[in-house]
This record gives sequence, C-alpha cells and structure tokens, in this order.
Amino acid sequence: MDPLLLSRIQFAATIAFHYIFPPMSIGLGLILVTMEGLYLKTKNPLYQQMTKFWVRVFGLIFAIGVATGIVMEFQFGTNWSTYSRFVGDVFGSALAAEGVFAFFLESGFLALLLFGWNKVSPGWHFFSTIMVAFGAHFSAIWIVVANSWQQTPAGYHIVGEGLRARAEITDFWQMVFNPSTLDRISHVYMGAWQAGAFFVLSVSAFYLLKKKHQDFAKASIKIALVLAAVASILQLVSGHSSAKGISETQPAKLAAFEAHYPDSAPADLYLFGWVDEEEEKVKMGIKLPGMLSYLVHWDSDAPVTGLRAFPPDKRPPVNFVFQTYHAMVAIGMALILISWLGVYFWWRRILFDIRWFLWVLVFSVLGPQLANQLGWFSAEVGRQPYIVYNLLLTADGISKTVTRGEILTSLVLFGIIYIFLFVLFIYLLNEKIQHGPLADDLIVEGHRA
Amino acid sequence: MNFSFDLNSIWFMLVGVLFTGYAVLDGFDLGVGALHLLTRTDEHRRIMMNSIGPVWDGNEVWLVTGGGALFAAFPMVYATAFSGFYMALMLLLFALIFRAVAIEFRSKQPMKWWRNLWDVSFSVSSIVSGLLLGVAMGNIALGIPLDGEHEFAGTFLGLLNPYALIVGITTVALFMMHGAIYVVLKTEGELHEKVRGWVNNTIIFFVICYVTTTMITLIYVPHMTEYIKAHPVLFIVPFLNMLAVANIPREIYHRRDFRAFLSSCCAVIALMALFGIGMFPYLIYSQPNPEFSLDIYNAASSQKTLGIMLIIAGIGMPLVLAYTTAVYRVFRGKVKLEPTSY
Repeated sequence: MDPLLLSRIQFAATIAFHYIFPPMSIGLGLILVTMEGLYLKTKNPLYQQMTKFWVRVFGLIFAIGVATGIVMEFQFGTNWSTYSRFVGDVFGSALAAEGVFAFFLESGFLALLLFGWNKVSPGWHFFSTIMVAFGAHFSAIWIVVANSWQQTPAGYHIVGEGLRARAEITDFWQMVFNPSTLDRISHVYMGAWQAGAFFVLSVSAFYLLKKKHQDFAKASIKIALVLAAVASILQLVSGHSSAKGISETQPAKLAAFEAHYPDSAPADLYLFGWVDEEEEKVKMGIKLPGMLSYLVHWDSDAPVTGLRAFPPDKRPPVNFVFQTYHAMVAIGMALILISWLGVYFWWRRILFDIRWFLWVLVFSVLGPQLANQLGWFSAEVGRQPYIVYNLLLTADGISKTVTRGEILTSLVLFGIIYIFLFVLFIYLLNEKIQHGPLADDLIVEGHRA
Repeated sequence: MNFSFDLNSIWFMLVGVLFTGYAVLDGFDLGVGALHLLTRTDEHRRIMMNSIGPVWDGNEVWLVTGGGALFAAFPMVYATAFSGFYMALMLLLFALIFRAVAIEFRSKQPMKWWRNLWDVSFSVSSIVSGLLLGVAMGNIALGIPLDGEHEFAGTFLGLLNPYALIVGITTVALFMMHGAIYVVLKTEGELHEKVRGWVNNTIIFFVICYVTTTMITLIYVPHMTEYIKAHPVLFIVPFLNMLAVANIPREIYHRRDFRAFLSSCCAVIALMALFGIGMFPYLIYSQPNPEFSLDIYNAASSQKTLGIMLIIAGIGMPLVLAYTTAVYRVFRGKVKLEPTSY
C-alpha cells in the first residue's frame, strides 16, 4: 500500500472512531439541559436523579471524545501537509474560532457540570450545563464550516500556481456560509440529536425490561422519545434539502449516490441495488422511475446530470457511495418508524408494556451511530478524487516527507490503541449502566453547603 | 530584524501566548503526573489525580487552540513542523490519549492491579508528553534541516539529538517543579508535608538542567541569542526568570504556597518569553541552510486572515480568561475526595 492510501485509511479510521462520541455528547447535552431545567422548574427529585446519572455517562463519552479529537487536529499537519498549506488561510480561521469560542467553553464549564454540584448554586450549575451543550453545538458549527468549504468552496481566491498554489480568503462570511454549510450543519445536528436520544431510549428500555429503576426509565424515555421523533422527521427534511443542494453544487456526488450514468436524463431512485461500475448500470435493484428527478426538481421528467458528464478519473467510487448512501437512508427511515411508533404507543398508554418494542429500542442505539458513519462516508468518499472539490486532488494533498513505514507504524498503533479504548469504553459504560442511577440522588440537598 | 507592530508580529506573540498558557496550565498537571508514582497509598494517589481533576481537560485545550492558531496564522509552519515531526507527534498523541484515559479509568475499579496499571500509565504518559514537547522545542531552537520548498529534510533519529534531549529533560524538570508546588497548594495533612519536602529537590533538579541548557545554548546555538544581544534591555527577562525561581524556596519556607505557585508560573512565562525572543522573527530555523527558514512573513496567512483572526481572538480571549479564572476560583482550596471524584 502506498502512503496515500495508508494516510487515507488512517484518517478515515481515526475520524470514524472519534465520531462515535461527539454526536452523543451533542444530543445528550441537549437532553441534560432538558432534564435539569425540568428539575429546577418542578423540583421533582426524580429529574435530579436523572440529570446526575446522565451527567456521569456524559463525562465518560466526553473524555474519549476529547482524547480522540486532538488526533484529528494534528493529523491535518502530520499526514496532509500539502493540503494544510493550501487551505490554511481559509480553513485556519474556522479552526481557530472553534478553539477559542467552543472548546474553552465546553471544557471550562464541563468541570462545573461534572464536579460542581456542591460548589455552585443550582442556577449556576444549570447555566454550566447549558454552556456545555451550547459549546458542543457551537464547535460542530466550525468543524462543519471547514468541511463544507472543502465540499463547496466559496469566499476565496487562488494565489500562486501548481503545487505552490493556495487558497486565500476574500470574504469571511461567504466562506462561513458557503453553499452547503447550512444544509450540512442541520444534517449533522439532527444526526447528533438522534444519537443522543436513541442512546437514552436504549438504556432506559433496558431498565424497563429488567424491571429496574422504572420511574427513572419511564421519565427518561419520555424526554428522549420526543427528541427522537422530532429529530428523525427533521432529519428527513434536512436530508432532502442536502440532496437538492448537492444536485447543484456537487452533481457527480449525487449521481454516484443513485448510480445515475446518462449525462443528462431523468433520474431514478433506487430502493437498493448493486452497481456494476464496468457496465455502468445497477444490477439486482428495485427503482422508482423518475423519482430522483422528482425529488430534486419536483418533476419526474427533468434531467439530472449523470456520471458520464465527468471523465472516469473525476468520478467518485460509485458502488461504495451508492451502498453507504442507501444504507444511511434506509436506517433514517427505520428511525422515523421506530420513534413515531413509540409516540403512538405512548399515546395509547401501552409504551412501557410492549416487550418486543422495548427490545427494539434497546438495539435502536446502533441506528443513528451507523447512519452517522455511513452518511459521512458518503459525503467524503463522494467528494473524491478531490480533497477540496474541484481545486485540489486528494493525491496531491499528502505530506511528501512522511514515509510509508512511518504511516504504517502509526496506523497499526492507532488500530491497537483504539480497539483497546473501545473495549474499555464499552466495559465502563456497561458498569455505569449496571450500576444505574443512585438512590442518594433522589435526596434533595439544600443549596451550597 | 526589528520588532514592529504588524499583524505578523502580533500573531507571533499571540501564538506564543497560547503556548505559554498551555505551558503554565498543563505544565503543572503534567508535573503532577510525573510525580504521581512517588506517592504510595491509594488515597494519596487519588488526591494527586483529583487535584487536577476538574482542570486538566481545560488545560489541554490551550494546546489544541495553540495548534489551531498556528495552523491558521502560520500554515506553512504547521504543515512543515507537524509532518516533519511525524513520529514524535504520533507518540505525543498516544501519550495524551493514554493520560486522558488513565485519569478517567483509574478509580473506576477497586482492583489493585487495575489501579497500578493506570497509575503507571498516567505517570509515564505525563513524563513522555513533557519530554516530547521539550524535544520538539529543542529542535526548533537548534534548527532543523529544511529544503528549498520549506519541507523537513531530516530524519526522526536526527530529532533525538543531545541538545533537544537536554531541553526535553529540562522541560520535564520544570513541570515537576511546577507540579510539586501545585500539589502543595492543593493538599493538606500528611501528603502536603511530604510534597513540601519534594519542592526543594525539584527546584535543584530544574536549576541544574536549566543552567546546562543555557550554557549549551550560549556555546552551540548562537542564533538564539542574537536578538537579545541586539536589544540588551531584554536581559530583564532572564533576570526576572532567575528572581522568580529563587523566590520559590523563600515563599515555600514562609508557607506562602499561593505566592510560591505564582512565582513558579512567572518562571514558566519568562522561559517561554525567552524562547520567543530567541526565535523571533523565525518560527522554524533552518539548519544548515538558514535561508530556507520559515519566519513570520514567509510562513504567514494573508493579512486579511490575520486581521479576521485578530477580531476572533479579541472577542474570544477575554471570555476564555474570564471563565478560566471563574473555574479556578470555584475549585480553589484543598482537594477533598467526593463521590464525583476520579
């Protein structure tokens, strides 16, 4: 394997592992704000118990998110130094803003959230919880801005030529609100809210099945179910808007998602299928004729740019993104079904008694996790062969001085350490879940000792 | 080259301020880690860890933000240094991951082997982190081989030269001194008296390292002294540094622990300032071809980006300082083990 492929694998593996955690902390952050807010409003100690339990879980998730996040920031420089030189001027201000505005906010108030229960007043503690949740959401904005700029560059001009060329910013706000930023940030947020909500649903449903902590579990489920139902529907809206945007800004990517080859013809929507990239057609697939044209243009006869409009070496790997994209959409639909079925059962007052459905909820935690990963794979692999769309090829972005052996060594070490980390994470998460909420947390103490 | 108040020089200082913030803050918690295994009982070790419990994560953010600011303001430096120091940085990342995990996991299980395992991880990763950061600084000061494209032209083993290693050890020594004083500040009773006894030893260790580094720098790394030679008024910086270090045993003797810690902070700041003055206007000095060096002009982002970022920093940094101070105030005082502790 050459250094390019090794660096790509290392980046993909480390970012995929990292991305297990931030969406959960974003979604769970929002749920913590809701729970603690309800406690302050109603003074019902159950909400205090819930907040304290989920804060402990949050702390674990957050810690691994931070530890694996530093890796990402360093890797732009270590493995993709040519790319870093190219984008530094544009990309840098987004990353710096993330650090100055969001990371300090999150980590500073996290200390109060985790350790400040008896050190600050309940109002200040609630404020800290809000700031941590806000910081988590805010940091996502900047990183998505940077990534969106790679997909749909705007507000820049190119200075220099050849491999010395670099993008320089001309308009900060155009760079920030580049054509795909808003669609993508909303898509990321909804995915994160789903990740947090289905995680809480899963653990709580498990308690109900084991007949443990019933009041705690029921109250947690109600809050999480509302978020899951809302986020899942909004995710559909956001996904639609994203796809419409891609049809204009990155037509090769959309064409690859649906394996649409004719350079300008009405496009179909596949429910599933297998793409034969040699013969340029989908095999064993079921399609809705003209549906992609309809979704993009509200007209099933409208032409959509296809892959043949691009030379073969400027097309992304078609079958790969076709599969990841379709799997993501399928999971997204299933999550809508699960969450609204849950709402229906809740309305019929039978939600907590249907054991098979509680088991579905227990496993539903995997849904948003998989969909988030698959979605990012679709977005990033769909951008290939470019690292910055239409401006810089991925192959040109690597560090020229780093050897194959060095990357292989670090890749192997990351592999070992991350597997170890994941096993430990699951082990400790399981401990926390088995241990459950503390009875002591139901006792309401006086303000500041 | 003379200092002028243009955006490039301002960003040289601001990146320096961020890394100095990192050295002052994460410096003490890396130091606490380095001293961790010298304590014996489980309770003492938990107190050591919990003395940095609420703050270590925020301290590390200074490194992340410093890296981000370097990327933004001087992308050429970020790209060259990070790809050039590939293996060293990977090791630093692994050390930082292990450290974070060790703090998080150590007290989650009561088994002795479990706690010993994480105690060792915590301590070793703290020492390795400090050492690697110091080695990187040592190489930057000494100069590294760059080619005409400003790409790193040396080897990993070349980075492990004696000068860089001595700077690395000096860094660990500095963090140990800084960390020991922090522990004195944050503890009471038996552990407090024990660590108070270590402070003088850590000071002696640091001073030996510091004097050695200074002598070698003066003899073998003359370019680090040029700027100060041209601007003798800056001799005040090393002078203040010596005063700050000398003041620590005095404050410790009089049991004014907070003032001792402030002195130690001043010593770290002065050392970082000295490093910055020595480097200016270079960010990476190229050796043996100084004409390929990266300085604050040929490595910088456009004036527009530097200007935008100055606005971001102008809005953001006062907020950061405000709540960093607030968090430290809330957690001031001696460490007490609580149910939420590590």
